Amino acid sequence: MLQEHAKIVDFISTAEGVTGRKKLQKMIYILKKIGVPFQEKYEFHIYGPYSEELTARIEELCDMGFILEQKEDKSSYVQYRYTVTDEGLEFRNALGKPVLENSEHAIQLNGKSARFLELTATLLFFDDLEQVEQIAKLHSVKGKLNFTEEEIGEAFAFIEELKQ
Amino acid sequence: MDYANQKLAEEKVFKDPVHRYIHVRDQVIWDLINAREFQRMRRIKQLGTSYLVFHGAEHSRFSHSLGVYEIVRRILDDIFHGRPEWDESERLVVLCAALLHDLGHGPFSHSFEKVFNVDHEDFTREILQGDTEVNSILKKVAPDFPKKVAEVIGKTYANKQVVSLISSQIDADRMDYLQRDAYYTGVSYGHFDMERILRVMRPFEDQVVIKSSGMHAVEDYIMSRYQMYWQVYFHPVARSAEVILRKILQRAKYLSGHGYKFEQPPTHFLAFFDQSFTLKDYLALDEGVLMTYFQLWITERDPILSDLCDRFVNRRLFQYVDFDPGKDYKKLGELAQLFQKAGIDPEYYLIDDSTSDLPYDFYRPGEEEERLPIHLLMPTGDIKELSRLSQIVDGISGKRRTDYKLYFPAELLIDGKKKEIKQQIIELLREGGV
Repeated sequence: MLQEHAKIVDFISTAEGVTGRKKLQKMIYILKKIGVPFQEKYEFHIYGPYSEELTARIEELCDMGFILEQKEDKSSYVQYRYTVTDEGLEFRNALGKPVLENSEHAIQLNGKSARFLELTATLLFFDDLEQVEQIAKLHSVKGKLNFTEEEIGEAFAFIEELKQ
Repeated sequence: MDYANQKLAEEKVFKDPVHRYIHVRDQVIWDLINAREFQRMRRIKQLGTSYLVFHGAEHSRFSHSLGVYEIVRRILDDIFHGRPEWDESERLVVLCAALLHDLGHGPFSHSFEKVFNVDHEDFTREILQGDTEVNSILKKVAPDFPKKVAEVIGKTYANKQVVSLISSQIDADRMDYLQRDAYYTGVSYGHFDMERILRVMRPFEDQVVIKSSGMHAVEDYIMSRYQMYWQVYFHPVARSAEVILRKILQRAKYLSGHGYKFEQPPTHFLAFFDQSFTLKDYLALDEGVLMTYFQLWITERDPILSDLCDRFVNRRLFQYVDFDPGKDYKKLGELAQLFQKAGIDPEYYLIDDSTSDLPYDFYRPGEEEERLPIHLLMPTGDIKELSRLSQIVDGISGKRRTDYKLYFPAELLIDGKKKEIKQQIIELLREGGV
């Protein structure tokens, strides 16, 4: 019961907070793709892998008082920071087991930019394709972001690193 | 004439209670409708367990799929045709995607997917691109055509106008299911002026927009959707049936994994129990198959499987109370222990379920993964996001509503056995708002 909620709380706690909704979405997606048992269903939305279920779960956790959502005004846009409250830690301790076998992954992912995570998540979304097609597809759906060869190479290396 | 442009000698029509007639002129569409994977959708109900609440809701994914096709066909042939912003060469791919968008749905797919950790969208992709009748028809159009159709359905197709017609906040899928589900459930919600909306839809840059003169028709559509979700789709009794269904599948899987000898072997499920399934295994399932097993399993020796199947087949559903997980999660643990002491397995008889909906959402700068909003085309040629102009839509925009329920078998708590413990359970449940 509520174990899926507890997993999200555990992840945000392990990551020591996450800044940005997009970043949180992509982090969970990347972890799910490397085998971490998150159950949230992802679809390719207009701008990339996105889970409506995860958005709903985060909002529920905020309503329950287990996660704190703080708005940070960045002049041209608003950014959200998520941290776990004391009640949230109690909830996690009561219901959850640690979701990550390797807690370093949370820190590693958190150290990356939203742009890099969007790139990595999009490549993983098309991981059933050959690498050449995967890159072509990336450019087709994310043409406006102009990802460089270097960035793409880093993303592939990062995926391999996470899988080890 | 090449297959992509081949027309039937005479137009075929399907009588339809929602759109009056579904019109088919394209040979490809006619062939797809007759493919075995498409015909399978006749045996999968559109609304899953809702027929246990709304007895009319027996309609299938087959009829919904034809409906979505018909709406898209009207948009393309009656509204978009000849407009410079619309690429006519996309007509067939979008018609096929409309027709086939739900092809991967399985029997009672919501529960099935959860228990067996599968995704109907993966199956849709596999049916389109694997060794199937549908694939062989699509390949006759062009070798890469199955992939293109899969991309439209998967929302990764390069032309976003095409994707928007099938999946956006005002798309053909929603316009059909709201009206069709309202018709078959018999509720008076779900009605809106679709003809008006279709007439004011316009292709615009990389999306489909609505002429601002159609704003009130769109407001009506959004309110209809809101009401249908809370009155029909999230009905607590239908969710009770869904919970039991999920537990049946979970129990059968558990028993199979623990060496239980079924009197009625679960042949159709074995590949799903050990995750070795193929597309062929999946396509062999439909709701008739599942209901047959449930009927047969009523006489199984395992008391839990037998009881759950009897509950589902004979509509002896679980009772429910509202609960607040933020406050009550500790109480849930307490309840689970009491259920155990009372000899009622909480894994199968004490289930929390939540559901939520966001009626409409708009784009927030910096949050670009959110849903693409509905844009209105102003007489000046500018576009404006709907909730900026509509007070009604603004009132419900971005506001998620969530409902939590706790399901349990009420009659087992008053059967006179282990009275004291059951009294404690009842009291705890009452605190939760029985």
